[in-house]
Amino acid sequence: MYSYIAKRLLVAIPTLLIISVFVFSLQKLLPGDPVLAMAGEERDPQVIEYLREKYRLNDPVPIQYAHWLGSALQGDLGISLRTNLPVLTLVGQKLPVTIQLAIMSMIFAFAIGIPMGILAAVKKNTALDYIANVVALSGLSIPNFWLGIMLILLVSVNLGWLPASGYRPFFEDPLNSIKTMLMPAFVLGNALAATLMRHTRSAMLSVLSADYIRTARAKGLSERKVVLEHSFRNAVLPIVTLSALLFGELLAGAVLTEQIFTIPGFGKLIVDAVFTRDYAVVQGVVLCTAIGFILMNLIADVLYVVLNPRMRANL
Amino acid sequence: MKNPIDPLLSKPASAASAPVLSVSDLTTSFLIDGIWKPVVRNVSFEVAPGETVAIVGESGSGKSVTSLSIMRLLAKRSSRIEGCVMLNGRDVLSLPEKEMQQVRGNDAAMIFQEPMTSLNPIFTIGRQISEALTCHGDISKIEARAETIRLLEKVRIPNAASRFEDYPHQFSGGMRQRVMIAMALASKPKLLIADEPTTALDVTIQGQILDLIKLLQEEEAMSVLFITHDMGVVAEIADRTIVMFKGEAIETGTTEDIFHKGKHPYTRALLSAVPRLGSMTGHKWPLRFPTVDAATGARIEPIEVADTVDRRTQPILKVENLTTRFDIRDGLFSRKIGAVHAVESVSFELFQGETLALVGESGCGKSTTGRSITRLVEPNAGKVDLDGRNVLSLGTSELREMRRGIQMIFQDPFASLNPRMTIGATIAEPIVEHGIGKPTQARQKAADLLERVGLNADMMTRYPHEFSGGQRQRICIARALALDPKVIVADESVSALDVSIKAQVCNLLMDLQQSLQLAFLFISHDMAVVERVSHRVAVMYLGEIVEIGPRESVFGNPQHSYTRKLMAAVPVPDPARRGIKRNLKADELKSPVRPVGYVPPTPNYRNVGSGHIVRIEA
Repeated sequence: MYSYIAKRLLVAIPTLLIISVFVFSLQKLLPGDPVLAMAGEERDPQVIEYLREKYRLNDPVPIQYAHWLGSALQGDLGISLRTNLPVLTLVGQKLPVTIQLAIMSMIFAFAIGIPMGILAAVKKNTALDYIANVVALSGLSIPNFWLGIMLILLVSVNLGWLPASGYRPFFEDPLNSIKTMLMPAFVLGNALAATLMRHTRSAMLSVLSADYIRTARAKGLSERKVVLEHSFRNAVLPIVTLSALLFGELLAGAVLTEQIFTIPGFGKLIVDAVFTRDYAVVQGVVLCTAIGFILMNLIADVLYVVLNPRMRANL
Repeated sequence: MKNPIDPLLSKPASAASAPVLSVSDLTTSFLIDGIWKPVVRNVSFEVAPGETVAIVGESGSGKSVTSLSIMRLLAKRSSRIEGCVMLNGRDVLSLPEKEMQQVRGNDAAMIFQEPMTSLNPIFTIGRQISEALTCHGDISKIEARAETIRLLEKVRIPNAASRFEDYPHQFSGGMRQRVMIAMALASKPKLLIADEPTTALDVTIQGQILDLIKLLQEEEAMSVLFITHDMGVVAEIADRTIVMFKGEAIETGTTEDIFHKGKHPYTRALLSAVPRLGSMTGHKWPLRFPTVDAATGARIEPIEVADTVDRRTQPILKVENLTTRFDIRDGLFSRKIGAVHAVESVSFELFQGETLALVGESGCGKSTTGRSITRLVEPNAGKVDLDGRNVLSLGTSELREMRRGIQMIFQDPFASLNPRMTIGATIAEPIVEHGIGKPTQARQKAADLLERVGLNADMMTRYPHEFSGGQRQRICIARALALDPKVIVADESVSALDVSIKAQVCNLLMDLQQSLQLAFLFISHDMAVVERVSHRVAVMYLGEIVEIGPRESVFGNPQHSYTRKLMAAVPVPDPARRGIKRNLKADELKSPVRPVGYVPPTPNYRNVGSGHIVRIEA
C-alpha cells in the first residue's frame, strides 16, 4: 500500500516538471511586456533596463526557468508586480475561499447526483428515470453565468432570502459565510451533479445486471440491501475516479462563478492577474491549481485501491 | 449414494411423500419489442424429497428460465410467469415480494454457472455467507460467524476458519463454487437449484463439485434440481430427467429410460451428438459424429474415412523446445519477482492432413502454445519451423507473409467477429489485405467459402448478430480458410457450442481436412471431443507436454498419472455409473508461477512404442 502511494508520488514529479515548463513558457509566449506596463508613460530606457535586471529578464530563458523553479521549490513564487506582495501570500489569502466554494459545490453535487443516479437506475425506463435524465440534461446545458444571474435576481433581489454578494471568511463568521456561498456553490455544483447522476446511473445499471447481484437476491436479501450495499459499493468505484476529474472542471467553473458573485477567491485572483499581466501571480496560481489537481487524482487513486480489495491484492 | 438409514432417501420417487417442488403448467413470457413472447411453455414436473431431477437442454431451450421462474428472479417489468409453482406446499407465484424474500435462500437456494462472477468482489466470503444466515433468522453476529466456518468446513474448504476474511478473488473457480454451495446450504433449504454449476469448471474440479453435491445431498437430505446441457453430468447425478427443447418439456422419465429408451427424436439426436470417452476404441482414424434428424429421428451413421495424414514428407509444423514465460513484476520500481512458466520446452511435429490435439486444464499452457507458434505472444526461446521457415526469426513483413500459412479459430464466436462488418467483408478482408486478389475476386472467394462451410452465399451482406453461435463459428472457419492456410490453430473452437452444434462443427472440420489436406492444432480441454477428432494427442500439464502419441495409444493405454486423472474425471453419459464417487481430493490446479532464477529440471522421457512418449515422473 505505502509502496503504491510512493510510486504514485514519484510519477507525480515528472508530471509537475512538465507543467512547470509549460507554465513558465506560456507566459513567455504571451503578447505584452510587463516591464513596459510597469515603466509607465515615460518609458525611460534606464528604468526599463533597471527593471529588466531586477526581474532577471535579460538572462537566457533556460536560466530564467532554472532560477524560477529553484525559488518555487523553496516556496518563493516571486513578487506580484501589481501589489508588490509575495505571490505565496496572495495565494494563501485566496485559496481557503475557493476551497470552501469547492467543498460546498461537491457536497451539493454528491447530494443531488448520486441519489438521483441510483434512483434512475433502479427505476430504469420509468417516468422517474426520464425526469431525472431531463433534469440532468438541463443541468448540463444551462450555462453557469445565466443560472447565477437568474438566481441572484430571484433569490436575492425578489425574495431577499440570500445575499447576492459580500463574502465573509468562514472562520470569522461561519453562518453568514455559508449563507453567501450557498448560491455560488449550487450554481457550480449543479453541472457536476448532472455529470455524476449520469455516471452513477450507468455504473449502477451495469452492476445491477451482474451475476453477484442475482446471487444476493437468490439468498433472500431485501431489495434495499441489494441496491445500497451489494450494488452501490461496487458502482462507487468508477465514480471515485470521475470525481477527481470533475475537480478540474470545478476549478475552471470557479473562475466564472466567483466573478458573478464577486467572491474574492482563486478565480478572481487569476482573472485580475491575467488582465494586468501580473506574470508571477499567473504562474503561481496555475502551478498551485495543477498541484491541487494532481493531489486530487492521487487521493482518488488511493481511495480506489482502498475500496477495491482486488486492487489491494495486486500491491 | 442412497443412505439406507434414511427412509426418504431409499425411495426417492415414492408417491407416499409430498413433493418438495411441484410445477404445473409453467409458462414464462418475455416482453420483446412490446410483444409478450413465451420462452417456457406449459412445463410441469415434480421433485420428491431427496430426489435429484435434471433439466437438460441446449441454449435457448428455456431450462435456466424455468429455474429462475421458480425463484422469481426474472426482471419484473419484462417478464410474466403463469401457472402454478408449489414449493414446500406454498404457492410461490402468488406470494408478495416481501414473503418471497423469505422463501429465497430459506426453502430453496440456488447456485449458478459462473463461480468467478457470482460472488460480490468487494465483500469477504465470510460476510457473504453469514449474510444468508442473518437475513433469514434471528442469529447473532458471533453465532453466524461460527456457523459460516462450519459451512465452509462442510464444503471441504481447507483451513476454513482462516479464510473467513478472504475475498472472492483469493479463491480459485472450484473453491468459489464451494463458497457458493456453502451460502446455498446456510438456511438448510429443502431444495437446491443448481443452474449449470460445473459448466465453467475444469474437468477434475467438476468431478470434485459433483461429488460434493452428492455427498451434501445425503448429509442434508435435500432435493436437487440440476440444470445442465451435459448428458454426462445428467447420467452421473440425476434420478429423473426432463428434456427441454424450444421452451417445452418434450420428454420426462427416469434417467435410464431417457438414455436407453428415449422416444422423442430430439432426445435421440441429442444423445447421439454427445461425445463419449472410450467410444473410439478400435477405430484408427478420426470419425465423424453420427447425425440424427431432430424432427424425424433418422440416424445417419458415420462412414470411416481414409487416412488423411501424409507422413512421407517433412512435417508442415515443427516445434522444438518452445518456451514462453510471462514476468511478474512488483514493488516501487516494478522489479521482476517471478515468472509464469506458461510454456516450458514444448516440442512436437504436425504433418499435412493431421490433427494434433493439445489437451489439458486451465493454465496448462495449451492456448499460449498456440499463440506462441503464430507469434501472437513472443516466445522466449525455442524453434518453430513452419513449412521450412523459421517463424521466430521473421521480421514484421515476413511475419505477415508467414501468417498466411497459419490461421486461428478462437473460442468465442460472439466476440471474435467485428459486429460492424458484414460477414462477406469479414471473410474477404484478409484476401484484399494480403494483396492476393482484387475486391471482386475476394468477394467471389468469400461466397465460395460460405458455401463450403455450410452456409449460403447470399448471406454475405448480413451482420454477425443475425447468426446463431454455431453459424458464427462457421463464419470464423470460413475467414480462417480465406488465405488457403496449411495449418489451422483451433483454440477451444467448439467449447462454447451446444452439443449438437459442436458435433456439426467437428464434422465440418473433419470434412475440410479431408478435402483441403489441412493440418489442425486442436487445442481443447474436452477429452471426449479430442478422442473423436484427433490423430495424435499431446497432454499438457504446467506448461509441459507430459504425454504425446497416437490417439489410440494415449487413450487406450494412458501412462502418465495426470492423463489418467484427466480421463477418470470425464463424466460418462451412462446412467449405470450413477452414484459412483471419484473420491477426488479437494486440491486445486497447480500454477506454473516460479521465482526468479528458477531452472526447470531437465525432463526425461520414455518411449512406450509407435511414437507414444511419456515424461518420466519424479
